[in-house]
Amino acid sequence: CHKQLDRTEPNTLPSGNVYTTEAGYLQVLAKVYGSMALTGNQGPAGNGDVAGIDEGTSDFLRLFWKAQELSTDEAVVAWNDPGIQDFHNMNWSSSNAMTKGLYYRCTYIVTLCNEFIRESDPAAVSGRGITGAAADNIKRMRAEARFVRAYAYWVLLDLYGKPGFTTENDPIGKFNPPQTTRTALFSYIETELKAIEADLANARAQYGRADKATAWALLARLYLNAKVYIDTDKYSDAVTYSKRVIDAGYSLLSDYRWLGLADNNVSNPEFIWTLNYDGIKSKNYGGTTFLVNASVGGDMDRNVSGLGGWGGIRATRNLPDLFPDVNGNGDKRAQFVAGTQNIEINNISEFKDGLAVIKYRNRTRSGAFGQDPEKTFADIDFPVFRLAEMYLIYAEAVKRGGTGGTEAQALIYLNSLRSRAQVTAAPLGFYTTDYVLDERARELYWEGFRRTDLIRYGRFTEGTYLWPWKGGVKTGAGVAATRKVYPIPDSEIAANPNLKQNDGY
Amino acid sequence: KTVTGKVTDSKDGTPVSNASVTVKGTNTGTTTDATGSFRLVITDANAVLVISSVGYNNYEVSVGNQTDLSVSLTAASGTLNEVVVVGYGTQRKRDLSGSVATVSSKDFVKGALQTPEQLIAGKIAGVQITPNSGAPGSGSRIRIRGGASLNASNDPLIVIDGVPVDNGGISGATNPLNLINPNDIETFTVLKDPSAAAIYGSRASNGVILITTKKGKKGKVRFNVNAQGFVQTAAGKVDVLSADEVRSIVNAKGTTAQMALLGKESTDWQDEIYRNAFAQDFNLSAAGAVGKWPFRLSGGYLNQDGLLKTGNFKRFTGSLNLSPSFFNNKLKVDLNLKGTRTTNFFANEGAIGNAVTFDPTKPIYSSSKRYGGYWEWTDPDGLPTQLSNRNPLGLLYNRENTSEVMRSIGNIQFDYQIPFVKGLRANLNLGYDVSQGRGINIVSDSAADTYRRKGIRNPYYQSRTNKLMDFYFNYASNIKAINSRIDVTAGTGYQDFEFYSFNNPDVRYNGDTVPGSKPNFISQAPGYTLISYYGRLVYTLDNKYTVTVNARTDGTSKFNKDNRWGFFPSAAVAWQVSEEDFLKNSKVVSNLKLRAGYGVTGQQDGIPFYGYIPVYGLSNNQAQYQLGNSFVSMLRPSAYDATLRWETTTNINAAVDFGFMDNRINGTVEGFVRKTKDLLSVVPIPAGSNFTNQLFTNVGNIESKGFEITLNAVPVKSKNFEWEIGANFTYVVPKITKLLVNEDPNFTGVAVGGISGGTGNTIQRHIVGERPSSFYVYKQVYDANNKPIEGLYEDLNRDGIINEKDLYLYQNPEAKYFIGINSNITINRFNAGFVMRGSIGNYMYDNLNSNMGVYRQIVNPLGFLANGSKDYLHTGFVNNQYFSDYYIKNASFLRMDNINVGYDAGEIAKNVRLRITANVQNVFVITKYGGLDPEISGGIDNTIYPRPRTYVLGVNLDF
Repeated sequence: CHKQLDRTEPNTLPSGNVYTTEAGYLQVLAKVYGSMALTGNQGPAGNGDVAGIDEGTSDFLRLFWKAQELSTDEAVVAWNDPGIQDFHNMNWSSSNAMTKGLYYRCTYIVTLCNEFIRESDPAAVSGRGITGAAADNIKRMRAEARFVRAYAYWVLLDLYGKPGFTTENDPIGKFNPPQTTRTALFSYIETELKAIEADLANARAQYGRADKATAWALLARLYLNAKVYIDTDKYSDAVTYSKRVIDAGYSLLSDYRWLGLADNNVSNPEFIWTLNYDGIKSKNYGGTTFLVNASVGGDMDRNVSGLGGWGGIRATRNLPDLFPDVNGNGDKRAQFVAGTQNIEINNISEFKDGLAVIKYRNRTRSGAFGQDPEKTFADIDFPVFRLAEMYLIYAEAVKRGGTGGTEAQALIYLNSLRSRAQVTAAPLGFYTTDYVLDERARELYWEGFRRTDLIRYGRFTEGTYLWPWKGGVKTGAGVAATRKVYPIPDSEIAANPNLKQNDGY
Repeated sequence: KTVTGKVTDSKDGTPVSNASVTVKGTNTGTTTDATGSFRLVITDANAVLVISSVGYNNYEVSVGNQTDLSVSLTAASGTLNEVVVVGYGTQRKRDLSGSVATVSSKDFVKGALQTPEQLIAGKIAGVQITPNSGAPGSGSRIRIRGGASLNASNDPLIVIDGVPVDNGGISGATNPLNLINPNDIETFTVLKDPSAAAIYGSRASNGVILITTKKGKKGKVRFNVNAQGFVQTAAGKVDVLSADEVRSIVNAKGTTAQMALLGKESTDWQDEIYRNAFAQDFNLSAAGAVGKWPFRLSGGYLNQDGLLKTGNFKRFTGSLNLSPSFFNNKLKVDLNLKGTRTTNFFANEGAIGNAVTFDPTKPIYSSSKRYGGYWEWTDPDGLPTQLSNRNPLGLLYNRENTSEVMRSIGNIQFDYQIPFVKGLRANLNLGYDVSQGRGINIVSDSAADTYRRKGIRNPYYQSRTNKLMDFYFNYASNIKAINSRIDVTAGTGYQDFEFYSFNNPDVRYNGDTVPGSKPNFISQAPGYTLISYYGRLVYTLDNKYTVTVNARTDGTSKFNKDNRWGFFPSAAVAWQVSEEDFLKNSKVVSNLKLRAGYGVTGQQDGIPFYGYIPVYGLSNNQAQYQLGNSFVSMLRPSAYDATLRWETTTNINAAVDFGFMDNRINGTVEGFVRKTKDLLSVVPIPAGSNFTNQLFTNVGNIESKGFEITLNAVPVKSKNFEWEIGANFTYVVPKITKLLVNEDPNFTGVAVGGISGGTGNTIQRHIVGERPSSFYVYKQVYDANNKPIEGLYEDLNRDGIINEKDLYLYQNPEAKYFIGINSNITINRFNAGFVMRGSIGNYMYDNLNSNMGVYRQIVNPLGFLANGSKDYLHTGFVNNQYFSDYYIKNASFLRMDNINVGYDAGEIAKNVRLRITANVQNVFVITKYGGLDPEISGGIDNTIYPRPRTYVLGVNLDF
């Protein structure tokens, strides 16, 4: 008699109607990937995934980049956003809005993946009458979702240590997920990546989708840092898996300076897995839009990068000092704006203090501007994994005693990076682990690696390696070793009694 | 023959106006005028006249041979026989046991009021009405006893002539209540506590406001014309630096390049954007009866310019009331139709902030035609600088945002006395509230703020439909044998709400669609439904002891089958002490009544409509994701809570009503405790347990305690001189007693209160044990001269690091105490009155100073200059210190809301009466707060549309 009270939401699909076709699965898979590249379901903003934080700021890449770069010698930011200065000051707390946002973004990605994995269970798929090629494609999608989940868990492992842990076997509703440990999470990620290998497509199958090589690349990165994560060396495994990627048919893009351009998705043999952006169809205020706009300010020519004027991020002098010349003479990888900027940072809030970085530019190889006529949103894709990193993992792991590879082979890889950068080739026996760290900075700066690298080299919190304003002191200062992991958000500790805070917070 | 007469008060001989004079047993009748006089044509020689007026005992007189009658009415004992609208019927005031306050038209706030709630601002204890802004037609935030919810709605339910109206916004209207013409309103009744409001159970947690519009009365048709003209002026400006001060700061501290940016002008941008705004308001009504059909017909026209240039608000209203009776008065029909059409020209309020911050050394116009000829900041490539501020006049004059909103509210109510059962009535009420708003926002492609996107031409359309059906039986009877009276009501109600809107693509000025902006769905129509069953029993013994019991059960479409029904009971008792023998004949105590009540109400307003249903939503065309070579629209599962249920509020209320010296001094003292549990709030949930990190769910408790005092006195009352004074005082303090499923003493609360500056900064927190939305800031350290030291805060937790863990709770934006004072003096034909409102203990976050009072604001690192606030001269801050408690300021205030004078010219021609009024609104404010206005709901002082000072002249003709 009270049927009038059963009302349904217009313009939405009840969950039961989504998974009836392969196309429906693909649209949810797009969300699984899209949750890493976009901030919500309405571009550029207005219907965000993560609450309690400005939507543009809630972007995975924007937050991950800040946590990995602003906390190091590679970058400072001029802004006043909540908690943003804490990164470089190294005084963040468990209520820092940015470290909270990243934690929640990653757990959101995990939850989405769990849903997809649950709904794409082979029994469920065949129960819905989907068979044949469609069922095979869904099987592959399921492995991709498991990869994305493993990647999100790797971020949590690296940055937060021991987060709350859920899988596809957990419900959606109200419950308290248990806490995992770094050791258990390491082994979970490792097991998952190996388990999905068979179901994933071969390397370079489809742009923007995870494949076998992507899983190997993450394993290589995981093993390189195993000493940090589980206090056990896994350098030989790092050699094995980086080599497997290298041998999968990738090659370096001919010009280093094309890596961060608007058309870096075109004819690019180097990218292994990317977060994809488009100035018309995939827009948000994070991602490469953030990286380009925030890098432009002061008296810089706005046309250099094709977007810009947010006046936020620059490098400390430690980064340009790694190069023979800030303008790229002697090493093309140096992409700084020096003339209108000061290399010394007297005032972090002053954009002109610190060299501007123009590694990401929303212009094409031919010099044309990106697609967005309003010059706000970037087309640039962001490489999460690219071949150069695999070369560097191989070289470092070999040097650190990993078996299965040779220094001679490593030198070939290192020299190919030097050669592309128009640096003279180095002779055999030339390189050291310290060289690899510096070379990683020269090759991979501003790509979200620095914090992890410095921790692996024991230079992140320690007073032995300093940069301007490290720890909030102009000349730099060491901080407590407990800052090698970020705190679990205080709101999460309060909401979930199963969780214990990381030491020192 | 024609009978004339004069009706006076038996006690002091003062005239009784608006008394109804009818010939017994017929529909012939009239009402008395302001001097108490009436004139009536009588055909029947044996006619008996019945003279009645609220508050007096009825008087009957046989006319016989008399042609000039002198009638003196005796006051009813106190005003206890007065009848009060209580929802689904009326109740005798004497039987009331809940907290009910009524303000009728003669006590309304006078002046140029565009929106109905202003009629009672400052008049009722416990009711706080905070105007949102000074924009024409803008509304107010209404809080009864501070509100009972955290994230669900805190707005009271508003019922107009039995139709609970939708007070949610509609596109194109600044405020849905401004679609009601205040001139059509007869009484406001506020049901403050659940024992009074529980009959509206599901929707009454924040109190109920019952609005009754004016009705026709039997008798001759009378016309009334009310015309007002008014002018509004800016009551103040934000205190910013002068052009010369900006020049001297930049020249002293800036680089050569920055000095080169300085202009030579001295432009006061705030002076440039405001104007003296004129307005007129005409109302015409006719009321009386045509044959058996009492009616009232009215029309109104308001045309008001905004203080901010270009803004305009026009309102046309019409209303019709018909209240005929049939079958020997057994069937009463009450038909109300109200229609409104408003047209708006919305001034670009972005100009207000930009007028405060725009560089005062710059001219208004540039030499170029670009950007509409206005001077703008540009990048080296000649395009407008991104993130810089914009020429305020360019913002105003390059935009045309117009709308037309129509609304109609209507109902027809049938009240039928069922034959053979004396005292039994059936009542059917069918009502609707429909509105539609349409408009278009056009910004020139030359305008700097939309230059890059080539202007805007975006239409919008929205409509709302609210349908209502209510049916109840009422049985009221005196049972003489046991000296009792019972009054029973039982009924059912159905309400349905639908909100339709078009989704339009984003369009450029030239009509081109912005790529990717085509919506997935061309329209949407979400809605919800409520079904209710209710009952009320009022039992009165010996006219002294009253028990009221309410029960209501509601079902809502917002919750799933298992949780959607809520049960909301209440009970209250009242003891009319002054009817007891020991007081009955007291000369001093004319009224004494004790009341106490307990009630439970529910809440489901202000929450998502479908929060319990798991659904997937499709991303728009600008949020697709590239897989391989194709872009795929994303399907996202929405967070949901299948266990959503009613938020419930229990309330205990106790009160004493008193009247002394024939009620010349009267008032109420009332205390209450209100506890809300299962708060519908957005709180952090364990990550990984749902598709969000903050879920709308039932968690948390909030508790309010408070008391109210109302005092009215008539110090002087004689034939030609009367002085009334009224005051009300409210104390209310809410406290969050639970916020999360698992309480953690280290949890620093849910961040709320977004501020301007940075991205995503918030200044307030909900924290357990504290008042909602308390400020959460660093403790500023000061130097010997009491100047704040930039960036130096106390390390409150003594861990050697200044970070978020050193933030502390400091003050709250809501007042603990608020007061209203009003007075009225009538001397012969003159009258004068005022209304003051005040609040004590409310604090404000001065976001203007925190954002603008720094060097970085004046010399922006992004390469342009801007104006800063004068506070910079005191602090000398280079960078923004948003979280310093230096910016939390005491904003207690006392505002002279309204001073009015009137002259009653009396009968200027036969049967034509004239009244002339003048008043000033927003006369002055007494406060220590240094900003523009201490009264901003939410307690964050950014750039508000300043409340104007208004001067009104009015003429009222009655004929």
